[in-house]
Amino acid sequence: MADKAKKIPRQKMPEQKPEIRRSNFKEVPFGFDKETALLEASRCLKCKKPSCVEGCPVSVPIPQFISLILEEKFDDAIAEIRKKNFLPAVCGRVCPQENQCEGSCILGKKGTPVAIGALERFAADLEINAGKKDVCLNVKKTGRKVAVVGSGPSGLTVAGDLALKGYDVTVFEAFHKAGGVLVYGIPEFRLPKTIVEYEIEKLKSCGVKFVLNYVIGKIKTINDLFEEGFDAVYIGVGAGLPSFLNIEGENFNGVFSANEYLTRANLMKAYDSDYDTPIAVGDNVVVVGAGNVAMDAARTALRLGGKNVSIVYRRSREEMPARAEELHHAEEEGIDFKLLTNPVKVLGDENGRIKGVECIKMELGEPDDSGRRRPVEIKGSEFVIDCDLMIIAVGSGANPVLTRSEKDLALTKRGYVEADSETGKTSVKGVWAGGDIVTGQATVIMAMGAGRKAATDIDRYLSEL
Amino acid sequence: MYEILKREEIAENIILNEIKAADIAAKAKPGQFVLVKANEQGERIPLTISMSDKSKGTITIIYMVVGKSTKIFSSLDKGDFFEDVIGPLGMPTHIEKLDRVICVGGGTGIAVLYPIAKGFVEKGSNVDVILGARNKNLLILKDEMDNISKNLMICTDDGSDGRKGFVTDALKDELEKEKADLVVAIGPVMMMKAVSELTKKYNVKTLVSLNPIMIDGTGMCGCCRVSIGGKTKFACVDGPEFDGHEVDFNELQMRLRAYLDREKKSLEDYNCKISGNR
Ligand SMILES: Cc1cc2nc3c(=O)[nH]c(=O)nc-3n(C[C@H](O)[C@H](O)[C@H](O)COP(=O)(O)OP(=O)(O)OC[C@H]3O[C@@H](n4cnc5c(N)ncnc54)[C@H](O)[C@@H]3O)c2cc1C
Ligand code: SF4
Ligand code: FES
Repeated sequence: MADKAKKIPRQKMPEQKPEIRRSNFKEVPFGFDKETALLEASRCLKCKKPSCVEGCPVSVPIPQFISLILEEKFDDAIAEIRKKNFLPAVCGRVCPQENQCEGSCILGKKGTPVAIGALERFAADLEINAGKKDVCLNVKKTGRKVAVVGSGPSGLTVAGDLALKGYDVTVFEAFHKAGGVLVYGIPEFRLPKTIVEYEIEKLKSCGVKFVLNYVIGKIKTINDLFEEGFDAVYIGVGAGLPSFLNIEGENFNGVFSANEYLTRANLMKAYDSDYDTPIAVGDNVVVVGAGNVAMDAARTALRLGGKNVSIVYRRSREEMPARAEELHHAEEEGIDFKLLTNPVKVLGDENGRIKGVECIKMELGEPDDSGRRRPVEIKGSEFVIDCDLMIIAVGSGANPVLTRSEKDLALTKRGYVEADSETGKTSVKGVWAGGDIVTGQATVIMAMGAGRKAATDIDRYLSEL
Repeated sequence: MYEILKREEIAENIILNEIKAADIAAKAKPGQFVLVKANEQGERIPLTISMSDKSKGTITIIYMVVGKSTKIFSSLDKGDFFEDVIGPLGMPTHIEKLDRVICVGGGTGIAVLYPIAKGFVEKGSNVDVILGARNKNLLILKDEMDNISKNLMICTDDGSDGRKGFVTDALKDELEKEKADLVVAIGPVMMMKAVSELTKKYNVKTLVSLNPIMIDGTGMCGCCRVSIGGKTKFACVDGPEFDGHEVDFNELQMRLRAYLDREKKSLEDYNCKISGNR
C-alpha cells in the first residue's frame, strides 16, 4: 500500500487559467472528476490511528469516507462526512486544510498529504448535483421552539442539528439573504452562492423557518423571543465589526473596509451591471492585510478591473494567515506582495479622493505575545504608493448591535459573548452562543463545531424541561 | 415583501409611502430609520421612519426622487411591494421634557424632524419649529408641524412662503429673543453646519441627524463612518444623531459625493430605459 501511495502523485484539481480567471467571477478550481477522485482516494493508507482526524476540528471520519469513495459508494461517503460536518461542500472549499487534516496526514511527513479537502468537495458536489433534499423525513416533533440569531455557518449548523431532532427552529437574519460570511464575504469565485442556497433550501425542506431583514436587538430583543414562546435561543451573529487602521486620511473617498467592499461585490452583486449598488473600481489598488479576507478583497478588486493590485502587509511571508491555496492563487493572478510594509497615512486630492498611501518599511524584531516576531519600523524609510483605491482588511471585532440591547449577557473585555467552550452556554438561562461572536474571527469549521456542541447541549436542556 | 398602502406626492418630487411593516412599527422610535430595497437588483437605501402606527402596523417614509433607486421607489403604486424593509435601525432620539426646544428642518429633513418634534411635544416640552425650503412647492409637513408646535416659522429662499431667507436668520432672531435648551437641526449638510455654527455662539446644545451612504445599517461595513469630535463613529449604529458642535460636516459632504458620477449615469441609463429611447 505504502508503495502504491508513493507511486501515485497527489492529484490536482483542474482550474481556470490565471489570465482568464482574473477577469471573471466564476469558481477557480473545477473539482475532481470520478477517475481522479478514485485515484486520489487510493492514496490514503487508511491508518488505524488516523492523524488527519486529530487535525480536524470536528473529527470528520476521514479514512472511512475516503474508503467509501474508493468503493464508489458515494451516497454513503457523503453521509459519513455529514455525521460530523454540516457543510461539506463549503468546508471542502474554504477550510485551511494545510493546518488541519492535510497538515497532519501521515503521507505529508515524507511526501504530499492526501487531498482530503478536494475529496470532501467531490463527495459533497455529487450530492448537490443530484439535488437530494430528503434528509429529515419522519422526524418526530418535540413541540419545542428554538430561535437562532444569525444565519452564518454556526447558526445554520444549530438549525440543522435541532431540526433533525424534531425541534421547531426559526433563524433570524439581519441581511436580506441567509448565509452570513458565506454570502456577504467569501466571493463567488471561491464559493459559488448556489452551494449556500442549496444548504439553506435543504434546511427549509426540514421545516426550518428563515426570517430575513430581522435585526435582533432592534426589532425584537432576546426577551421578546422568549415571550413569543421560544424555549431556547442561539446567538451566532459573527464578528462583523470592521477594524480600521486609525491613520490620517482614512475617511477619504476610495478607502473601504474589506467588509464594505466585499459586501458590495458579493451580497449586492455590484460586479453585475444588472444590479444597482455601485462599487469603486481602481486602477491601482492597495489592500492592507494578508488573511483570507485580504486575498478575497484583492482578487475581487482585480476582477473588477484593477490594473495593479498590491497586498501591503507589515510582517513577512511566513506570518501571512491566509490559506495556502488563496496565496498561491493570488500570486498566480498577478497580485503584488509588498511585505514588511506598513501604511502610515492616506493621501487625498482636493476633492477628497484618495491618491496614494504613505508607507514605512518594517523589519522583524523580538517575538511578541502571539509568538510571531514583532515588526518594527525602519526609521526614515517612508515612501508613497500611488493608488486610487485602498481596502483595509486587518481584522474585525465584535458587533455591538445585539449585545448592546442585552444587558444581562456577560461579555468579554473586547465585547465578545462569554460562552462555555464545551457547551456554548452563556450567562443567561436558555441562551447559547458560538462562532465568531464568541471566538473572534476564526474559521467556518470552528463556527460549525461550536454550533454542533451548542445544539447538543440545547437538546439536553430542552429534553429535561 | 412589504406592501405599499399609500402613495402620495406631497410636494414637487417628494413622495410619501405608507408601508405595512407591523413588527417595525411596534418598535419604531423617533430618530430611527429603515433600509429599503425595491427589488432583487436594488440598492439598500436608508430612510427615516417619519411616522409609525402601532395599531395599523404601518410605517411612513418620505423621500425626494433624486437618483435611480428613489425613482424606482416612486414608480411603485399602492398595492405594490418593496422587496426588503429592514429596521428600526439606529439609536432613538433621547427625548425629555425641556422648557424650550427649537426644531429646525430643511428640505426632506423635515420628514426626519417631524417624529422628533412630536416626541418632545408629547413629553411636555415647548417646541418651536422653523422650516426651510427653496420655495413653497417644496415645503412638506407644514400642517402637521403647525398642529404640534407652539410657534411655526417658515423660511423660503424666494419668499414664496413665510420669510424670505435662510432658517439660520429666523433661528438667530429666536435665540436672541429667548433662551433655548436644545436645538434639533435636520436637513441638508450645509444647513446643519450653519445652524451648528450659530448655536455654538449661543452655547445651545444642538442635535443633528446625519445621512451618510449606508449598506448594512448594522455596523458591519463602516461605509457610514463620520468624524465626531475627531473620532470615527458609524452613523448607522452610533447615530444617526450626533452633537452638531462635534460633527465634521465638510468630511460628510465630501463622502456623500463618493458615487456621484456613477449615480448620475445610472439614473440617465434608467431614464433612457423607461422611455425606451436608448
Ligand atoms: C471575506 C472573508 C473570507 C473568509 N474566508 C474564510 C476561509 O477561507 N476559510 C474559513 O474557514 N473561514 C473564512 N472566513 C471566516 C469565516 O467566514 C467565519 O469564521 C465564519 O463565517 C463565522 O461564522 P458565524 O456563523 O460565527 O458568523 P457569520 O458567518 O459572520 O454570520 C453571522 C450572521 O449573523 C447576522 N447577524 C449579525 N447580527 C445580527 C442580529 N443582531 N440579528 C440577526 N442577525 C444578525 C449577520 O448578518 C450574519 O449573516 C472568512 C471571513 C471573511 C469575512
Ligand atoms: S492520515 Fe492521511 S493517509 Fe492516514 S488516514 Fe488520514 S488521510 Fe489517509
Ligand atoms: S452602514 Fe455599514 S456600518 Fe453603517
